[in-house]
Amino acid sequence: MAFGLSAMRTLAAAFAIGTAAPALAQAPAAPSGGPANTLDAVKARGTLACGVNTGLAGFAQPDSQGVWRGFDVEYCRALAAAIFGDANKVKLVSTTAQVRFTALQSGEVDVLSRNTTWTLSRDTSLGLDFPAINFFDGQGFMVKTSLGVKAAKELDGATICVAPGTTTEQNLADWSRSAAVKFTPVVIERLEEIVAAFVAGRCDAYTTDVSGLAATRAAQTKPADYLILPDVISKEPLALGVRQGDARFADIVRWTHYLLLAAEEFGITQANVDSMMTDPRPEVQRIVGKTGGLGPMLGLADNWGVTVLKAVGNYGEVFKRHLEPIGIQRGPNAQWNKGGLQYAPPFR
Amino acid sequence: MPESVTDPRQLRLPPKRPIRLSWSDERVRGIVWQVFVVGIVGSLFWWLWSNTAHNLAVRRIATGFEFLRREAGLPIAEHLVDYNPTDTYFRALLVGFLNTLKVAVVGIVLATILGTLIGIARLSRNWLLAKLAAVYVEVIRDLPLLLQLLFWYALLQGLPGPRQAMNPAEGVFLSNRGLKLPWFEWTDAHSFALLAFVLGAIATWLYARQATAKRLLDGRNRPAWPFALLAMLAVPIGIWAAMGAPFTPDIPKLRGFNFQGGLNISPEYFALLIGLVTYTAGFVAEIVRAGIQAVPHGQWEAAQALGLHRGQVLRQIVLPQALRVIIPPMTSQYLNITKNSSLAVAIGYQDIVSIANTTLNQTGQAIEGIAIIMLVYLTISLSISLFMNWYNGRIALVER
Ligand SMILES: N[C@@H](CCC(=O)N[C@@H](CS)C(=O)NCC(=O)O)C(=O)O
Repeated sequence: MAFGLSAMRTLAAAFAIGTAAPALAQAPAAPSGGPANTLDAVKARGTLACGVNTGLAGFAQPDSQGVWRGFDVEYCRALAAAIFGDANKVKLVSTTAQVRFTALQSGEVDVLSRNTTWTLSRDTSLGLDFPAINFFDGQGFMVKTSLGVKAAKELDGATICVAPGTTTEQNLADWSRSAAVKFTPVVIERLEEIVAAFVAGRCDAYTTDVSGLAATRAAQTKPADYLILPDVISKEPLALGVRQGDARFADIVRWTHYLLLAAEEFGITQANVDSMMTDPRPEVQRIVGKTGGLGPMLGLADNWGVTVLKAVGNYGEVFKRHLEPIGIQRGPNAQWNKGGLQYAPPFR
Repeated sequence: MPESVTDPRQLRLPPKRPIRLSWSDERVRGIVWQVFVVGIVGSLFWWLWSNTAHNLAVRRIATGFEFLRREAGLPIAEHLVDYNPTDTYFRALLVGFLNTLKVAVVGIVLATILGTLIGIARLSRNWLLAKLAAVYVEVIRDLPLLLQLLFWYALLQGLPGPRQAMNPAEGVFLSNRGLKLPWFEWTDAHSFALLAFVLGAIATWLYARQATAKRLLDGRNRPAWPFALLAMLAVPIGIWAAMGAPFTPDIPKLRGFNFQGGLNISPEYFALLIGLVTYTAGFVAEIVRAGIQAVPHGQWEAAQALGLHRGQVLRQIVLPQALRVIIPPMTSQYLNITKNSSLAVAIGYQDIVSIANTTLNQTGQAIEGIAIIMLVYLTISLSISLFMNWYNGRIALVER
C-alpha cells in the first residue's frame, strides 16, 4: 500500500526488463536484434495477452455478465482467432493510459488494443511499433449543457479534467498556448475517477478523444445533459501497438486489421463467409484461403481469414455492433471508396 | 553520541591480540567471508545492470537522463515554484517533489497533533470521550487508506459549484473547486520578513535554553518573551516597513468559470491531507497511549503528591518520559505518511509519483523514472530518520 498501485506495477515492469532472460533477448530467431519471438511465446502460453482500456463503453467494458465487450475487445478476439483458430484464447488485461506502455514493454501484454495514438516519439523511443490504425480520431471537449458553452475558445479560465500519460494532456497544454486560453488541469489516472469528478462538477470540461467522449456521454444516465463541443484540436490516429523489433508478429496484427477491412470492401460478412468459399472473385478466394497460401506466409493457418471473420465479422460489422449504438459515425473511418481513410492493401 | 548513553559493556573491551593469517583465526575468517559476500552482491548488481542495459538496447528503449532537459509539455495545476508546460521535465519533477513535501510536512505536523489529542482522550476519565476515541482508532485503522481518500475526495466534490459557493466570511469561498481565502501579493519584502522571523525563532530558542541553564545555576528567572517579541515580531516588521511596507490585498472573486485571485486550497490537496492525517492519527494515538501507559503509575502518584494537578502532571512529568517510548515508533509513522502520500495519483494530486509516472510514460524511461521516485523517497525518509534519531538521542534517558 506504500506506493500507488500503478507505481508498483511500473516497478515490477522495470524489474522484469532488468531480469528478463538474456538468452531470450539474444535469440538468433530475431535477427533484427528484436526481443523474443512473440508468436512462439504466445503459442507456447496458449493465450494472447491483450491490453485494453479500464472500461470505456463501446471500446472495452464488461457487460452485465462480466464478459468484456467492445470494438477494442473484438480486435483482441480477432487476433486470438488468427493465431489459435479460437477467439476465446485471449486474456484481456485492463491498463490505464499511464501504465499501458510499461505493460507492453515488460511483456505483461503482447499487444495493445486501447485507444492509443500513434506518435513519432512513442514509435521511436518507447520500444513500440504501431502496425495499423484501426480508428481515426481527434481530441475534443465535453461540457455540461447547463454551462452554456458552445465552443472551445469560450473555455478561458475553466477547470478541465484530463487523464495523465496521454496525448490528450499534452495537446491540451499546446492548444492552451496557441489559442491563448488559460485553464486549470485536474489530472486523475483512472477513467472512472476522472468521469466521476467531471460529473460531480469538479471540472467545467472533460477532454479526451472524441470517441472516448461519445462513449462516456452515452454511458451517463442522461446523455442529453452533456454536450460535445464541435472543436477538434488534434489528430488522434488510434493504433494497435506491439513491441518493437518483432516484424513477424507486427505483420499478423497489421494484416488481421486489413483482413477486417478487405472483408467489408468485398462484402464478406460473419454470416456469409461460408458461402463466400465459392465466390469466383480471385481476391475473395485468397482472403478466405482457398488459393494464394497467404495464411502460411504470415505463419498462420490457410483458413485464418474464415476463422477470424466467423468470430468477429468484418470492420463495418464490428463498428456497427459496438460504436454505432453509442452514436459514433463512420466519418473518417469509412472505406477509402466511400470517402473515408480506411484502406486495405491488396491481398495477394 | 553523548557519553551518557554509551552502553557500559562497551567500556570493557576484550584484550587485543595479533591477527594470525590462518583459517582458524576467527577475524581472518570473518574478513574472507565478508569479501566473498560483497563480491557476490557486487557481481549480482553488475549482472543486473549490464543485462538491463542490454535488454533496453535490444528493445530500442531510450536510456540515460538526457530527457530531463527536454520540454515536459504536461500541465500541472499546483506548483510552489513557477511552472509552465514549456518547462523541462526536471522542473516538472521538482514541482512534483515540492508537492510531495507540501503534503508530507503538513501531514506529519497535523497527524502528530491530532493523534496525540486522541491518544490522550483514550485515557481520559470521561467515559464518553474515551470510548469515542477508541472507536475512532479502531474504525480508521481498519479501512484501507485508498478507500478513505476516495471517500474524502467524493465528499469534497459534493460541495456546491463555484457559482453557488458557500461564503462563510468576507472573501472566503468554499466550493467544489476548493477553499478560497483572501491573501495579498507576495513580494520580496515579505520573503525577507519571513526569513527574519525564522531566524528570530531559532535565536529565541537558543536564548531560552541559555536562560534555563543560567536559572539552574543562580535561580534567577529570566523571562524569554521580551527577547521573543523583539526577534520574532519587531525585527521582521521593521524589515518589512523599511522595504516600503508593501501590502496589496488579493481577494478571490468569481470571474467566468472560477474564482480568480486569493489563496487556493484545492480539493485534491485537501482530500489527500485530511485522508492522510485522520488515518495516521489513528496509529499515532495508539503510540501515544502506549507511551503514556508505559510511564509507571508511581510517577503520577508522586507528582500528584507534590500538589500538581492532572494537566500539569501530564505535561510536565508523564509526557516527557513517555516521549522516550513514543519517538521510535513515531518515526515509522512519519515515514508511512510520506510513502502513503503517493496514493495522491488516485485523486488527482500531482505529487512526485504522478509526475514521474507521466514522465516515464512519455519518455519510456521507466528505470530512470523509478530511480528518481526512489531517490526522492529515500532522501525524504533518510532526512526524517536522521532528524528523529537525533531527537531521540537528545531526549534519551540520561544516566547520572
Ligand atoms: N489517445 C490518447 C488517449 C488515450 C486514453 O487512454 N484516453 C482515456 C479514454 S478515451 C483513458 O483511457 N484514460 C484512462 C483509463 O483508461 O483508465 C493517447 O493515446 O494518449
